[in-house]
Amino acid sequence: MKKCSNTHQIVCVGNISSIETMGMHDGPGVRVVIFMQGCALRCLYCHNPETWNMQETKQQYTPQELVQKILRYQPYFQHNGGVTFSGGEPLMQAEFIYECVKRLKKHNVHVALDTAGVGTLHEPLLALCDLIILDVKASEETLYKTITGQKSMQPFLQFVSKVQELNKPLWIRQVIVPKVNNSKHNIEHLAQFVNTLHNVQKVELLGYHTLGVDKYKQQNMAYPLQGTPSLEEKEKQELQLYLQALLKNKKSAY
Amino acid sequence: MEAWKNFKGEKWKQTIDVATFIKENYKEYKGDESFLQGPTEKTKKVWATCEKLFVKENKKGVLDIELNKISGINSYGAGYICKQDDVVVGLQTDAPLKRIVNPYGGMRMVEKSLEAYHATLNKSIYAHFKEFRKTHNDGVFDAYTPEIRAARSAGLLTGLPDSYGRGRIIGDYRRVALYGIDKLIEEKQKDLLAITDVSLEANIRLREEVNEQIKALNEIKLMAKTYGFDISTPAKNAQEAFQWLYFGYLAAVKENNGAAMSLGRTSTFLDIYIERDLAEGTLTEQQAQELVDQFIIKLRLVRHLRTPEYDEIFAGDPTWVTESVGGMLTDKKSLVTKNSFRYLHSLINLGSSPEPNLTVLWSQNLPSAFKKYCAKISILTDAIQYENDDVMRPIYGNDYAIACCVSAMKLGKQMQFFGARCNLAKSLLYAINGGVDEKSGKVVVKGLQPISGEILHYADVWKAYKQVLERVAKVYVDAMNIIHYMHDKYAYERGQMALHDTHVERLMAFGMAGLSVAADSLSAMKYAQVKPVRNEQGVAVDFVTEGEFPCFGNDDDRVDAIAVDIVKTFIKALKKHPLYKGAKHTLSALTITSNVMYGKKTGTTPDGRKAGEPFAPGANPMHGRDKNGALASLNSVAKIPYKDVCEDGVSNTFSIVPNALGTDAQQRINNLVQILDGYFVQNAHHINVNVLNRELLIDALHHPEKYPTLTIRVSGYAVNFNKLSENHKKEVIARTFHEKM
Repeated sequence: MKKCSNTHQIVCVGNISSIETMGMHDGPGVRVVIFMQGCALRCLYCHNPETWNMQETKQQYTPQELVQKILRYQPYFQHNGGVTFSGGEPLMQAEFIYECVKRLKKHNVHVALDTAGVGTLHEPLLALCDLIILDVKASEETLYKTITGQKSMQPFLQFVSKVQELNKPLWIRQVIVPKVNNSKHNIEHLAQFVNTLHNVQKVELLGYHTLGVDKYKQQNMAYPLQGTPSLEEKEKQELQLYLQALLKNKKSAY
Repeated sequence: MEAWKNFKGEKWKQTIDVATFIKENYKEYKGDESFLQGPTEKTKKVWATCEKLFVKENKKGVLDIELNKISGINSYGAGYICKQDDVVVGLQTDAPLKRIVNPYGGMRMVEKSLEAYHATLNKSIYAHFKEFRKTHNDGVFDAYTPEIRAARSAGLLTGLPDSYGRGRIIGDYRRVALYGIDKLIEEKQKDLLAITDVSLEANIRLREEVNEQIKALNEIKLMAKTYGFDISTPAKNAQEAFQWLYFGYLAAVKENNGAAMSLGRTSTFLDIYIERDLAEGTLTEQQAQELVDQFIIKLRLVRHLRTPEYDEIFAGDPTWVTESVGGMLTDKKSLVTKNSFRYLHSLINLGSSPEPNLTVLWSQNLPSAFKKYCAKISILTDAIQYENDDVMRPIYGNDYAIACCVSAMKLGKQMQFFGARCNLAKSLLYAINGGVDEKSGKVVVKGLQPISGEILHYADVWKAYKQVLERVAKVYVDAMNIIHYMHDKYAYERGQMALHDTHVERLMAFGMAGLSVAADSLSAMKYAQVKPVRNEQGVAVDFVTEGEFPCFGNDDDRVDAIAVDIVKTFIKALKKHPLYKGAKHTLSALTITSNVMYGKKTGTTPDGRKAGEPFAPGANPMHGRDKNGALASLNSVAKIPYKDVCEDGVSNTFSIVPNALGTDAQQRINNLVQILDGYFVQNAHHINVNVLNRELLIDALHHPEKYPTLTIRVSGYAVNFNKLSENHKKEVIARTFHEKM
């Protein structure tokens, strides 16, 4: 988040990568998805590398501006849906999002936070959110570090315990990559992890796809998963079923 | 009267008043689709016969042409698909898909069509017609001014109905069923007696017209007789109601070859008869669906003889048998009946099809089960369009219907003078080039100065554009007045007008193409820097644009307001000129598939569109320029005002891949309902919905044989994808698909 002083007050500005006005997957119903700029993780399979660097931001908004824009879509989502802050990593700009969410709540907008749980642990923001879509990169520490390039899994675990403490509804997601984490062992480990949580509404596996490859080329970056194929839909479904069978709360499986 | 047994109300019995009959007798249905039945054996047999004929027709272009007769209500003998299985009978000619020769609109169209299909009209008919009868087309060209001719040949005004039937007139075919022909004749005779002041030219004309209408009613009666039916009295049951109503419509498509020959709003009217029969135990649900399916089959067989040039503009042999379904009676009570479901269900029983052009009149307050059923059928078939009852009802009341794609009119009380469209993008180039056509170098709009200088300044160009639109409006109105004067004179729709009130209100529908191209081009001048590249004649034939500018389709007021200004300026300019027969000016943003042809005829525009590239259809944003997702694009289009500005419709074509609409079937249905509600609550007017994969269309482009019934919606009507030209197919594929997942 960037702060710049105005004569009378501090104006906070959000860096935004892009806005998708018709998201149907990131939360319930029809959703406006705000893709925030900036992410500290460097996941092997990231298909949005353009969102990593905060300096490369495309658009800046004040909370008022962004909220005004979001409310233009209220006619579509008022009965079922809302806004989802995604990224990038939205927790990199938690203060800005908090400013937005405070205003959105005045208009009764359902707010979801689509996060990997790494960034500012902003309790007031989390308290205001209606749903946390938690991207569990890996439930096992070694694999977590391999996939994310992070030195520690602690920030993620702290985030999880905070949202548990706040009793926020959770959607759990994990991207499944061939040869990286498509093993039954990984699914079992994920199930174990999910079974320690409460208020989980949905657990969803996402298949790795290669749509991001061109973006790396355009930016002259090496693609970490060069040669790895997309996950077959059939394999994804099998793993999803396997996972479902292992979950304590069967209803939560997608 | 036996026929009206158990029908409530008195008022509608005294005069011709179908709307009141419906209001007092229909039964609103708020339930779901679980009552619906599949096709009967008879329906299956009839449809199978038709499908075989379609395959033959597809190979040849046209299956057959009747060369020994010319159009007329009772010119042809009775025809059947399968006589023993036809539950509703009647064909345009004596055989299915055999086309009519209609020379009244213009002999040239007939000659060219016959030439294209290597057919020759009966020599004596041809000679006699040429010698003794003047056509609409002849009349129009006798009266056209040099300005109109120049605008026409430059592609500034295109698709004008000056060489064939104008269409877009909806007879109130329900009147035939409810009252029988004799009562209709009786009422017309009363009207005739009351037209006494013949010192007025208008009254002389009207007396002649009413007498023509009476003759036509008698012919309809005789035509029905050839099928063994006496329709002089009202229909006594559902089967007769379908049959009587269909005879009314059939007369229209025997007599006329109008661009759009729409049906009206018949489902709820017919439901009253079905409900009465169901209650009496004389009809089963399966038989009710059989009546609907077989009626729909008949509508799917309507054909007109067209030239290949016509097909190039309006691809896929469309007839626009538009039927409006749903809508509200009042703010609280809908006009949805079980028969509204049955009509939509025909798309399942018979498979998807472009015709009839099923149009759902959407309201926020439609029963939720009906909304969901519509969404479900849209997702399965892509064959439905939606129009906003909440913006039309305050203007047209609760008994209106859509003609063609988006044109609303009160049934039996209003008719439309159809007027194709004018090229707004070319008009903008004329503003820059002082009225000189960028392709031919000829002066098309006189008395204008070109814009000079290295850079095009928005304020200068906007001022010049307004001037051009003023002049174009004058030429356009002149053309329309001439066309409709001549059409009334030489190709008057006697049968259809007989099913209207004698003192009918008239709408004259002007249209525009290239709205988003014009808006984006002006936005480029306002927010970026546009340098024209001029040829040796000084005509700007290319543009160098530096910097970024907002494009229509992103819910960005900076450019959306320009689009709104353009349409307001144009309707204001049109309204300055009085119209033939005191018609009211209306305007549409609708291209159907002509956006491809308009693009072909228009040079490079400042928005970055290259010469010859298609425009976006209707009021759509240009392909690929909407960067904020589908709802932003819808919000932009929703800003184009309907009331008082575009009262002939604002067309939007929306294509989405199934996955982008949700993960499972139920979610997709719910989300589509929310999208429609959200779009229309903002007073948007129209949307076509296509739910399909781009990959599927690309595959269909290469392997048409794999997709015999692939139906998609294109700016106001549905079309069989295989019947589109190569160019149209590619344009559809290039069009923005909303596929973010």
